[in-house]
Amino acid sequence: MDTAGLLACYERMALIRRTEKAAHDLFLQGLVKGTTHLAAGQEAIAVGASAALRPDDYVFATYRGHHHALARGATPEECLAELMSRATGLCKAKGGSMHLTKAATGMLGSYAIVGSHLPMAVGAAWSARLRGTDQLAVAFFGDGATNIGAFHESLNLAAVWKLPVLFVCENNQYMEYTPIADVTAVARPAADRAPAHGIPGEVVDGNDVVAVEEAVARIAERARAGDGPAVLEAETYRHFGHSRADPAAYRPAEEVERWLKHDPLDLARGRLAELGVGAEVVAEADERARAVVERAVEAAKAGPPPDPREALTDVWADGGAAWRT
Amino acid sequence: MADVITYREAVAEGIAREMRRDTTVVCLGEDIAAAGGVFKTTVGLLKEFGPERVWDTPISEQAIVGAAMGAAMTGMRPVAEIMFSDFLACCWDYLANEIPKVRYMTGGQVTVPLVVRTANGGGLGFGAQHSQATENWALTVPGLKIAAPATPADVVGMMAAAIRSDDPVVFFEHKALLATKGAPPPPGHVVELGRAAVVREGADVTLVALASTVPLALKAADVLSGEGIEAEVVDLRCLVPLDAATVLGSLRGTSRLVTVEENPYQGGWGATVVSIVADEGFGLLDAPVRRVAGECVPLPFADALEEQVIPTVDKVVTAVRGLAAY
Ligand SMILES: Cc1ncc(C[n+]2csc(CCOP(=O)(O)OP(=O)(O)O)c2C)c(N)n1
Repeated sequence: MDTAGLLACYERMALIRRTEKAAHDLFLQGLVKGTTHLAAGQEAIAVGASAALRPDDYVFATYRGHHHALARGATPEECLAELMSRATGLCKAKGGSMHLTKAATGMLGSYAIVGSHLPMAVGAAWSARLRGTDQLAVAFFGDGATNIGAFHESLNLAAVWKLPVLFVCENNQYMEYTPIADVTAVARPAADRAPAHGIPGEVVDGNDVVAVEEAVARIAERARAGDGPAVLEAETYRHFGHSRADPAAYRPAEEVERWLKHDPLDLARGRLAELGVGAEVVAEADERARAVVERAVEAAKAGPPPDPREALTDVWADGGAAWRT
Repeated sequence: MADVITYREAVAEGIAREMRRDTTVVCLGEDIAAAGGVFKTTVGLLKEFGPERVWDTPISEQAIVGAAMGAAMTGMRPVAEIMFSDFLACCWDYLANEIPKVRYMTGGQVTVPLVVRTANGGGLGFGAQHSQATENWALTVPGLKIAAPATPADVVGMMAAAIRSDDPVVFFEHKALLATKGAPPPPGHVVELGRAAVVREGADVTLVALASTVPLALKAADVLSGEGIEAEVVDLRCLVPLDAATVLGSLRGTSRLVTVEENPYQGGWGATVVSIVADEGFGLLDAPVRRVAGECVPLPFADALEEQVIPTVDKVVTAVRGLAAY
């Protein structure tokens, strides 16, 4: 990654971090209904992967998907408006935090049934092949998803059909409250299982945006060349709890401390410094991100509520919801 | 083309017609390609369209339907086969949570034009895990269209409509009808989803039927006719969209209603039909409504037992006689 690319990645990560913080604050102020699953701490995976992907590649994410939506072109304003139930939200306030989708930029959705989107990514990759394009499909999922049947069905089908799909596990060490290691027989829940399905499995430092970008670029090139799927296990840590206001008290203090010291933004800053980028340049990027998110919060707050009649639209392709004559 | 076609041949014919006119139509499922399907409903497709359009899959129901969904979201029109409708339970997440909800929860951004075909229903002695009529499962889920043809011509015409539909369609092919024969439909035959057919006219009672219960209702109507009771038989063809207008229209002439459904009484589609009638057509009725439906038990194996729990001609005739005397 060149210096300009890394700086752009840094700014995007800073933007995501601030948007997540804003989402958290808005939740605590009662302005966000339901729940949120914040990805602060995991930004490098979404941003690094996006840097290696093409705009026409497909991305499928989980309910912890704010960072993917933002990395794939959704604006903080449309995301926050969605969380705050505004008509201006990304999905007209019908999706919410767990379902951020921006199909126009290849963000084909966030899915809240653990593991459910892996077969969809396989299908999107299959479709790319059938249509004769060299698009990729990427499924981002948590470590917990690797014990779901759909994970194994997807890996096998992608492998036997040699499809251009990348399975990127964001191993943040925990499912909801249970450490993945307590309920999984292998140490690397995604990468260790990949070879059993005839797929290469790699592990990467998920907090290092450069390492993620390089790893994704490598497996993407392989997949585009027709060599089939790959599994990438990106090791990371979430800063917040699992969801809502979970203080994550189940995590040992020294573990939290160790991971917080390994923060993706700090790592990127260190790399920028090594490349000779001055602190003031980084500060300007931070300032731009701050300003964008601040404006986004205000604009999203000012958005109108959805027209109640919208509740009965969009079930069918004709725009309506009629099930009978 | 031959002057008769079987229901099972009509399935392959219906798919082939659409594959010829639209290259985005592709098929996937267990044993559908080289073997031509365990019910021989996809015979000839691999030969005509090749392995890039007709795909054998592993035994992975979640991957089959989930991948069909991903392909449908990105420009294809997949036709996925789930061998027996009982196995829909293995991919129920996709039918209940993913496919029907994605358009809505993305605010209309993503459409899912796919067909999930499956062999439905009892009557062949396959035992409890291969015999269920499961269209009532799908009926509980807003966002799925549900087709269940009764004749070879309807299989072809409704397959065309289902594959061309921009919405997801669950297409129930009834196992007990696979060997039945009918006239082959003309080229370009399309039966719009949500159009019921009055397949027999009569002034005394309306029998509303679907798939395997259509020939059953027709046989019952013949018996009843011998007793001076003329039954009108409505083949619903689709559960979603549901042609309530045709049912209410028929009741205007008959004022008596019996639904004949194979799925269990508990939560069956007949309950939806009679509740619409109770809401909107109560004044049309001169008698209570009756539902002839499956018993609320798993399907037993032996013929003699199975007959006890799924609709039969006798059960329909008895139900109608009771109403005629009312
Ligand atoms: C099929 C299913 N089972 C259970 C849940 C409840 N649930 C939501 S998130 C979660 C933990 C998932 O952990 P992981 O896959 O590691 O993802 P992470 O939240 O760490 O990103 C669980 C159990 C669910 N949404 N779907």
